[in-house]
Amino acid sequence: MLAIRYEAPRSVAEAVRLIAADPAARVLAGGTDLLVQFKAGARLPSAFVDVKRIPELIGVAIDAGGLHLGAATPAAVLTEHVELRRLWPGLAEAVHLIGSVQIQGRGSVGGNLCNASPAADTTCALIVNRAECVIAGPGGERTIAVERFCMAPGRTVLERGELLVAIRVPRPAPRTSDAYLRLIPRSEMDIAVAGAAVSVTVDADGVCTAARVAIGAVAPTALLVPEAAKALVGSRLDDAALKRAAEASSAAARPIDDKRGTTAYRRTIAGVLTRRAAAIAKQRVVS
Amino acid sequence: MARLHIETTINGEPAEFLCDPHETLLSALRNGLGLTGTKEGCSTGDCGACSVIVDGRLVPACLVLAPEAQGRTITTIEGLSSGDALHPLQQKFLEHAALQCGVCTPGFIVAAAALLDAKPNPTEEETRFWLAGNLCRCTGYDKIIRAVLDTAAHIRESAV
Repeated sequence: MLAIRYEAPRSVAEAVRLIAADPAARVLAGGTDLLVQFKAGARLPSAFVDVKRIPELIGVAIDAGGLHLGAATPAAVLTEHVELRRLWPGLAEAVHLIGSVQIQGRGSVGGNLCNASPAADTTCALIVNRAECVIAGPGGERTIAVERFCMAPGRTVLERGELLVAIRVPRPAPRTSDAYLRLIPRSEMDIAVAGAAVSVTVDADGVCTAARVAIGAVAPTALLVPEAAKALVGSRLDDAALKRAAEASSAAARPIDDKRGTTAYRRTIAGVLTRRAAAIAKQRVVS
Repeated sequence: MARLHIETTINGEPAEFLCDPHETLLSALRNGLGLTGTKEGCSTGDCGACSVIVDGRLVPACLVLAPEAQGRTITTIEGLSSGDALHPLQQKFLEHAALQCGVCTPGFIVAAAALLDAKPNPTEEETRFWLAGNLCRCTGYDKIIRAVLDTAAHIRESAV
């Protein structure tokens, strides 16, 4: 007989107390990673701490400052959100790529981050949109840039007693858009062989004035690639600039060889996806 | 470890059950409540056989803990027909022979019901993408898609 507790705290403070008191307790959001790992015997928590009844962890709010996303909000709530899709189409498409409708009814962006898979689809799109993680802990609240949240496969900066409460994304500058692309061997419901997200700001003359590029599934964590962004800024996002950005992404990639793809293939694809995502983001600004 | 007493609403009726803290909603439905219409397939969220609707969202019951059901509103395949009158999806699945062994069928019908609630007039492509989380090893899917699209047309016509 397993002696596992189920807890459903109603406040962030109560959740923090529970997980600080018991390091073997696991935070349960949608369960699409945690419960699969539990059933496979890969994790045996002392307690499931279901955080979905905490108001701060559920919901999407968009105001003048940007997006405030409760960490345990199901993916489906985001993909149905018209204003979110308009302001951050690349983030919305990254969220939409995660699993089936059923999985999107459970899985959350916060959970996707905390699972810390290098191939997580949402991470790159959050990075290029300058997202910040709001973390509560026994010592109070702190925020950290999303590109610093994951440290290694399955490992995050969260310390004992800390809980990812929300993700904040600043409102994009005028004439800014984003895109996320991933490569999988089938049309959907698979894990990225490689992924790339790009955000660009383009002035009225068609010159790129700001850019962010991130690549996924090609290193132990998703990578922000400043060299690729540098190749785009100041250009008209013409073929030559996109090619330089692609080369910078390929150079930054540090992929493994596995059944999903070889090192060389992933390195090439990280560049190709960077180039294509940049072209889509540009098109979205223009149109 | 004491079993938990959970009060919830299933198919419009108040329901209560006892469960282990780590038990899944799928297990509570089938073993605790005898609602065996919801099927167990992979138990890892990949096949859609255990699809149910919780507070208006289509979810895999195998990846929901039973105690999470406290105070929620759940619809299972048993809640779709009205007495002996089949739900239009059930009727159209029969007419189109959209099932063979039948194990995936409740999941497909619950998922399709959620689709038609969200989009009363889905395209074939939207229908195929929506049902991509439901696996069927018998039909080749095409008859299922035809049955769902025909149901959508039938419901729209009946509403006029």
